[in-house]
Parts: sequence; C-alpha cells; structure tokens
Amino acid sequence: MDFGLSDDQLILQRSARDLLAKECPPAVVRRIAEGPSGHSEALDRRMAEMGWTGLLVPPASGGLGLGMLDMAILLAEHGRAAVPGPFLFSALLATRAIVRGADRRLKKQWLPKLASGECTATIALLEESGDSAHPAVLRSRARRKGAAYVLSGRKLFVPYAHCVDLLITACRTSGSDGPDGVTLFLVDRRASGLSIRPLETVDRTRRVCEVEMRRVEVPADQLLGRLGGGWPVIEHLLDLAAVGVAADGFGGAERVLEMAVEYAKTRQQFGRLIGSFQAIKHIAAEMVAEIEPARSLVWFAAYAHDALPREARRASSMAKAALSEIYSRCANRAVQIHGGIGFTWEHDVHFWFKRAKWNELAFGAPAFHRERVAALGGF
Amino acid sequence: MDLSLTPQESEFQRQVRRWLRRNVSRRSPAEEPGEYGNPKRIAELKQWQRKLYEAGYVAMGWPREYGGQSEPGGNRRDLLMRQTIVNEEMVKARAPSLIGVMGVQMVGPTLMQYGTEEQKRRFLPKILAGEQIWCQGYSEPGSGSDLASLTTRAEIAGDFFIVNGQKVWTSNAQFADWMFCLVRTDPTAPKHKGISYILIDMKSPGITVRPLVQMTGDKGFNEVFFEDVRVPRANLVGELNQGWQVANATLSHERNLLGSTTRTQQMFQGLLRLARTRRRGGKPVSADPAMRQRLADLAIRVESMKYHSYRQLTDLLHGRSPGIAASVNKLVSTELNHAICALALEVLGDYGMLERRSRHVADRGVWPYEFMFTLGLIIGGGTSQIQKNIIAERGLGLPRG
Ligand SMILES: Cc1cc2nc3c(=O)[nH]c(=O)nc-3n(C[C@H](O)[C@H](O)[C@H](O)COP(=O)(O)OP(=O)(O)OC[C@H]3O[C@@H](n4cnc5c(N)ncnc54)[C@H](O)[C@@H]3O)c2cc1C
Repeated sequence: MDFGLSDDQLILQRSARDLLAKECPPAVVRRIAEGPSGHSEALDRRMAEMGWTGLLVPPASGGLGLGMLDMAILLAEHGRAAVPGPFLFSALLATRAIVRGADRRLKKQWLPKLASGECTATIALLEESGDSAHPAVLRSRARRKGAAYVLSGRKLFVPYAHCVDLLITACRTSGSDGPDGVTLFLVDRRASGLSIRPLETVDRTRRVCEVEMRRVEVPADQLLGRLGGGWPVIEHLLDLAAVGVAADGFGGAERVLEMAVEYAKTRQQFGRLIGSFQAIKHIAAEMVAEIEPARSLVWFAAYAHDALPREARRASSMAKAALSEIYSRCANRAVQIHGGIGFTWEHDVHFWFKRAKWNELAFGAPAFHRERVAALGGF
Repeated sequence: MDLSLTPQESEFQRQVRRWLRRNVSRRSPAEEPGEYGNPKRIAELKQWQRKLYEAGYVAMGWPREYGGQSEPGGNRRDLLMRQTIVNEEMVKARAPSLIGVMGVQMVGPTLMQYGTEEQKRRFLPKILAGEQIWCQGYSEPGSGSDLASLTTRAEIAGDFFIVNGQKVWTSNAQFADWMFCLVRTDPTAPKHKGISYILIDMKSPGITVRPLVQMTGDKGFNEVFFEDVRVPRANLVGELNQGWQVANATLSHERNLLGSTTRTQQMFQGLLRLARTRRRGGKPVSADPAMRQRLADLAIRVESMKYHSYRQLTDLLHGRSPGIAASVNKLVSTELNHAICALALEVLGDYGMLERRSRHVADRGVWPYEFMFTLGLIIGGGTSQIQKNIIAERGLGLPRG
C-alpha cells in the first residue's frame, strides 16, 4: 500500500504551484475578476503549453494520458491560486465527457484540439430548476430533422459559455422525466439560434451564463454517445465535478489559512502580534485540524476514479460534502482574522471567500452529497 | 498511490480473518463498558493479549530480539503493512483491544528509542505478551496542562532514587505492574531541565494507590502517593535531568494512540448498526432524513481520518517527519469519538440515559458509558486546547504569549 504522491505527481504539483505563483498572482486574479470576460487568454495559453489541457486526453490524441489523481493535484493548485477561467469545465468535464462518451470519430475530431488548447469547451446541463441530479427537470428538447437535430430550450449556470468554442448540451430526445431519453450534443458556440448572456455572479473567478437555444441546428454526427444514453455520462461528470471542486477547495483552504497566519504574524494590537492571542491561534489550529485529514479524502476520491470505480461515487460525494464546508469555514475564519481590511474589496481574501461559497453550492450542496453518502453506504 | 494489497498480503488478510473468527467470541467484550476494578475481566483481557501475541499479531514491526518480528535485513515495511491489516480486521471482527496498550503503544516505543539495551530486553517482551501492565505517572495535583511544573522529587542515594510526592489521575494504577514516571531530579534547574523519566515497580514499598471514582462510576484512575520509594538507578530512561524530551516522545505516542482511527471506525460501525435497528415512527432511525445527514457527516469524518492514517503510514515508511500530526490526530479523533457517542444517545432517546445495570438497557449500556469516557479522553493526554496551542505554535509558527 502506498498512500502518497509519486515523484511525477510531486513534480506536477511543484511546477503548477510555481507557474501559477508567477502567472496568476492575486493581482492577476483581481484584474481578471474585475474584467468582463472572466478569463485571460494569455494565462489559458500558458496552461495549455504546460500540457494541462491535455492532462486527461490519451497520448494517441495528443494528451498526457494521466488520471484523475493528477488532475486533482493540479486543481488543488488552481484552487490555491484561485485561477479564474474555464479550465475545470473544459479540461476536466467536457474533455472527460468526450473521452468517456464519444465514439472514435468524435474523439478524433475534438480531443487533439482540446488537448492543445486550440479549442475549449463547457457543459450545459442545468436549467431553470437549478437541480443537477434529476433527469425529470430537463426540459430542453432535440428533434431529429434530416441530417440534423434541432435543439430548443434554455440552460442556466453554464460556465464560461460566452468564451468557449463548444457546449456539451443535454437535451431530451424522448420521454418526459426518466433518465432514458436524455442525449448529449456537441454544440458550436457560434451556431445560429444560440444566444448567450453572462450572468452577474458573486464569485468573479467563476463565470456562468444563460444559454437560450432557439431552434439550433446541430449536425447528427455531433451527437455524443448513444441516442438517449446521455444520463450515465452526466452522472459521471457530476462525480468528477465533485472531486474537481473538492480539490480546488482543498487548495483554497490551505491558501486562506496561509494568508491568515501571515497576517497574524505581522498585525499588532494591544502592543502585541494578534497571532499571539489564543483566540486567533485556536481558530487557526482548527483550520489545520480540518484541512489535514481532508487532503487524504480528496486524494482518495480522485484515486478511486482511477483505480476503484465502484467506490468512486461515494468517495466523490464524501470529498465534495467535506471540502465544501471546510473551505467555506476556513475562508470565513480567514476573513475574521484579517478584521476590517478583510472585508474590503481592496484586500484579496474576498476572492477566495466567494470562490469557497461557489464551490459549496455548485454541483450539489453538502446536504445533497451527504444524502448520497448515506444512500450509497446503505444507511 | 496504490491501495491494493499484494497477493501475499491478501492471503495474510484471509488468515487473520480466519483466526479472528475462531478466536473472538460472539458476545465480544469490545462492546462491554470497561470495568476497571474487575479482576476476572483483567485476567481475561491479559489472556486475550497473550493469545494475540502468540498468534504473531502484536507489535509486529518491533525488532525480533525484543519480541517483535522485524529483522535487521529490513522487512519492517512489510510488517507495518501487516499490522495495519491486523488492526483493520480486528475492527471488523469487533475484537477486544489490548489491555496492555499503554505498554505496547506508549512506553514500549519510548524504550526502543531511549532505553538501555538491558531495559529493552527486560521489559519489551513482557509488555508485548500482556504480562506487564503499565501506567503513566505524569499528572500531579498542581501540574496538569503545565506538566513541566511537576514537583514529585527523586533524590539520588547510592544506586537508588528515593521518590517522594504524589501523582493523580493515574489510569489503571490499581492493577498496573509498572509505572513510567516523571520526577524532579534537579529542583534548582529551569523547569524543563530538571526532570527525569524513571520506571517504578508498583509493588515497591512506600507506594499507596487510592482509586478515584470517575463520572462513569468506575474506579478508572487513581491518586498515587510515594513515600521514600526506592527505585534502582538502572531504571532511569535517557539521561538524568533530560526526561522532558523522553516524556514528550511518550506523549506523542499517546496522542497517536488516543487518535487511533481504528477505535473510531469501530464506534461508528456500532452507531450505524444501532441506527439501522432502533425504530422511531415505525421506521428505522437510519431512514430519517435529518439523522441520515448527521450519520453521513460522521461517516465522512471517520473515513477521512482513515485515509489520513494511511497517508501517515506511508510517510512513516518513507521516513518523513510527522511534524505535529500526533496533535491533529488526538484533537480530531477524540472530538469525533465523542460526537459519535452523542449521536448514538440521540438514536437511543430515553434508552440513552439508562445506566448499564438497568433493566431495558441497550447494547449493555456501552453508549452512555462511552459518551462519558470519550469526554475524558478529550481531556486526558493533553486537552483539546493544549493540542490547539501546539498546532498553532509548533505547526504554524504563531508566537507564544
Ligand atoms: C480519563 C482520564 C485519564 C487520565 N489518565 C492519566 C494518566 O494515566 N496519567 C496521567 O499522568 N494523567 C492522566 N490524566 C490527566 C490528564 O493528562 C490531565 O487531566 C490533563 O493533562 C489536564 O490537566 P488538568 O486536569 O490539571 O487540567 P488543567 O491543566 O488545570 O486545565 C483546566 C482547563 O484549562 C485549560 N488550560 C490549561 N492551560 C491552558 C493553556 N495554556 N491554554 C489554554 N487552555 C489551557 C485546559 O485546556 C482545561 O480546559 C487523565 C485524565 C483523564 C480525564
């Protein structure tokens, strides 16, 4: 048994940390967060050059062919730096949707471009109900018309739809509420009939959009996987998203703790460093006590996707439920340790605080994942 | 990362399972509240440890000459892995834990690090076989969290220390054979620099043990008085006046022991069984959505401590320094154990407050008992507040003050 990272994984971690410290310091996060597009092409390009966009793409299609644990290590570094942009949605979710669900032809068409960063993608699953875990709430429809499908409906909370090239979109092709009859399509962002409106969001490091599909024609050969067979792929994506967001949360929690500790070692009140007050020490220690064991939970969940598929779903939910709350609690404590300055727009800590909350709420809030843990554990 | 077992390890696991099936009685004492004063129970548990030891399942990673199985050639890694398998299978089999655990997991490893060759050969094999039960003489009436302020004196007279003073809260002293004890050997030195770590035979003349009744109703810990107790100088561990360092090695072993995830897993499994079998409103308690949330929350915390222990095992095998890990383990696990028991009482409702001798009591009263006992362990071994101080100061480098 070996519950640790390999030398290659340690190198990946180190190089990601170094690169992001240089290319995505808080000043860059702030500039992107305050800008309209929510991402930086230069940064996205750098990450592609590092091979990160192709991390999960098989070598035959131009990627590194690495696993979910490697991705989790990388995403923890993204969380630590609060990297804004479509990476998680493109390089993890959309890419895995194609790797897992698509036939050979579609893989050949898209994977090399996704791996090289020439093309980016996102997933368009949610609708007005905001409920991601239930097929009954899916209202968008796709009808066959000759050599195409015609898609109609409205998607909400679609990450970075305004700037990616490709939307992996879930539509109903038959039935009305069951999991059967849900189909995934690859939709060109520039397709006619598609209108995309960015939504104003609290966490400026994660942008989401409303996507209106008015009789959007998609060539039938852009159907991902089997007609009516999209739901299992969606469920798999939600599991992956849970781990990815948990990993991001782990890195973010570590970072806010470091920010808080650093501040506590320099700020003086009552003639002494605030870090010498036990009230401050104890909340910092509580962060450590939450973060340290949580790291292992994230690693295990990611590893389960690589090696223990039967445990992957439960482990993903465990990681998501735990890290959601831990990150939020740590960010809250970190803001409090900063006092008034922590509540300003000027100080950086609020970017992490808000990202923590996004992480908590997206892809199933903690209560949802805890119920899954109970159900899958046979409680 | 690789959590799979080798074919040899899987075979070993099957062997352990078979052995435990044959040797753990169905009415396992693991689920009985502790009864510290009961000599019959102590004899049974000593017998159980001996049996486990003879089967080769205790302290496998210790060197062979001291009763373990590790050879100079270096099969230790393999043995530590096997020990983990044994520990996990014991949880699954609901096997009783070791009565001599303070010896096996606290003083034993300390002797291995700081003891003389003679001390190791004399004590370690007996510790493993359950022949010697040890107790810990650290706390005093005036010295708890501020342990280094202790005042029990030991003066040197020829080949002996003459010990005078008092210890308190000494668990198991009423039946222990030996005590590892902190004494002041240089009253003029700064408080951390005048302490020595000595081993005291509990049958020595001049020792009086007076049991104290814990909130559980058990006589679990004691006051221990020393009146001119003669202790051979050969029983000094480490250097004279350097006992603080030795004491801290033991404390860190103690924190890992109290932070053991196997005990936590065992408790959580018990809670889950309880929640599935007790009924409320015509349904198992485990079907109630609010309860499911809380059970799942605990399940997640328990599981994360399990993987965390795998990670620490891996670090240990690679020789990486554990840092303040023992304090995190102690803090998190003891609070978690108490939370598990608290939820069990809620599952039981009115039954949760029945004392263990009562009619109608559930699970032989183990839950209310453990609910209390686990609070004791949040205090013992260094309180949660002290662990947080350690994590903040040594782990995060926040200023003392
Ligand atoms: C079940 C049980 C078994 C035990 N078994 C043994 C044993 O076998 N051998 C042995 O030697 N001892 C044993 N102890 C004693 C135990 O180690 C002490 O009780 C513990 O270290 C606390 O010391 P104290 O009781 O003097 O409390 P105090 O030190 O007086 O602490 C009282 C309160 O003040 C807080 N406090 C103290 N100092 C600080 C500080 N610097 N910062 C913040 N808060 C602080 C504590 O956290 C606590 O909340 C046992 C205790 C229990 C409960």
